Amino acid sequence: MSLTDLSLTEMKAGLDARSFSAVELAQAHLDAMAANRHLNAFITETPELALAQARAVDDGTRTGPLAGIPLGIKDLFCTDGVQTTAGSKILQGFVPRYESRVSANLLRDGAVFLGKLNMDEFAMGSSNETSAFGRVISPWKASGSDADLVPGGSSGGSAAAVAARLCAGATGTDTGGSIRQPAAFVGIAGIKPTYGRASRWGTIAFASSLDQAGPMARNVADCAHLLTSMCGFDPLDSTSLDAAVPDFAAGLTGSMAGKRVGIPAEYRLDGMDPEIAALWDAGIAWLKDAGAEIVSVSLPHTRYALPTYYIVAPAEASSNLARYDGVRYGQRVQPPGGNVQDMYAATRAAGFGKEVQRRIMIGTYVLSAGFYDAYYTQAQKVRALIARDFETAFERCDVILTPTAPSPAFAFGAKADPLAMYLNDVFTVPASLAGLPAMSVPAGLSASGLPLGLQIIGRPLDEAGVLDAGLAIERAANFTARP
Amino acid sequence: MSVTDETVRKIARLARIAVAEEDVPGLTGELNGILGWIEQLGEVDTTGVAPMASVMPGTLRWRADVVSDGDIQDKVLANAPDATSGFFAVPKVIE
Repeated sequence: MSLTDLSLTEMKAGLDARSFSAVELAQAHLDAMAANRHLNAFITETPELALAQARAVDDGTRTGPLAGIPLGIKDLFCTDGVQTTAGSKILQGFVPRYESRVSANLLRDGAVFLGKLNMDEFAMGSSNETSAFGRVISPWKASGSDADLVPGGSSGGSAAAVAARLCAGATGTDTGGSIRQPAAFVGIAGIKPTYGRASRWGTIAFASSLDQAGPMARNVADCAHLLTSMCGFDPLDSTSLDAAVPDFAAGLTGSMAGKRVGIPAEYRLDGMDPEIAALWDAGIAWLKDAGAEIVSVSLPHTRYALPTYYIVAPAEASSNLARYDGVRYGQRVQPPGGNVQDMYAATRAAGFGKEVQRRIMIGTYVLSAGFYDAYYTQAQKVRALIARDFETAFERCDVILTPTAPSPAFAFGAKADPLAMYLNDVFTVPASLAGLPAMSVPAGLSASGLPLGLQIIGRPLDEAGVLDAGLAIERAANFTARP
Repeated sequence: MSVTDETVRKIARLARIAVAEEDVPGLTGELNGILGWIEQLGEVDTTGVAPMASVMPGTLRWRADVVSDGDIQDKVLANAPDATSGFFAVPKVIE
């Protein structure tokens, strides 16, 4: 058995017991990364940095609850002195001179950084096909097929790297499902905390009212360790929550006794894949067996969540991405004889990929004079109704159980139509709009031998309740399949 | 409401993205597809509902009015495509 086969929790124990050194652990992962470059999970590898950090752990100068744990960092988090691209050509060569709060928290706790993980450009995508640095390939194959499959997105590099045992855990970010959907596609766990739990400072912005960082790892306890470190109040993020962060791993029980689990009728879509429906039913039975009471709840505005998201997110993106103008950082394209306006337009045309341009244009349109109220204001009102639906549902239940995605991982190019791609986020987007904590846990395999996930959505600030339900499912599902 | 080629050119101009003329009809079709799907939001009765700008309740925090940063000109300019004499440099702004 290789050191890379250990879970993060087992690595912690092994390092504490000095069964192996932090350098040995880091080197085992660096070797695995080198042997799996065909997956294209990393944009930038930082082996020297990782080994230096690991040596400091071994000589006792680098300590903390995550001392020596080898992690991958999504390339959306600014890392001091290490190229940070957001998966975009426009930021190729950008080397931040500061550290994002989330990654700084992990470094404070002793983690070892292996490198920066590939992702959909500016986190806009559900398949990792929009990265300017090439697509990430899932380590999974459907049974009897050799076709490459998507790892999901936008945190596709994070998902592929964790599933392929290239790192113990990874940071992800979730705007409409970018932690949960890729976690489900590759058979790992991932949690998006309550909006405001993890600081957005130093994380490259996509849609600021939705963006939230969270961990991706091979099991629920591993996620809990990382979540505790990543979260915390930050005065530099105006929407950061000034709330105490519990030790999520220490509090984990997996007990569902006395808990009520809500099943939203509106998520049982017409034409739902029977495999997905069967998995959901299995999840309901598992939580019932674990002692929970199952209740029906209604989230009547569910069907409007996706169109709401595809107004709010592009609108915020068009504003956030205005900063990429070829002046302060990133790439610049200067047409001969052109003025500054020509430089802006040429820089952005060359630097942004098609999906990013499409979303900036949609955002610009819905915010433009004459259309603002019909689109943007109406979307903000429907968003309020979606959040209210959840508040009402949580009067009757403690957590909500749904599938994570409507299908297992698909092939590259299978969703060439942007709308077909957007619809893949149907189960994850509503919790994002309401700012609620939500996680995906691997729960089974499809008939084609591909991982499927179940999603647990919790009340604001009840990550502990979400993790407990996740652990209950993890224990019952006993998901041991590997790519 | 339907997006025309002329609207696409205008949005591209507002968004400061140079769009080649041959790419305009394709974008018009794509944007119409997406916006047509989005328009179903119009059927939701939102009478009396306040728009939700943020899931965060409450108001923004105050902070002490003190300098907490500075003297990092080299760091600020380090990633500039063109920095001259301690400034960001751009092509001429006024013809």
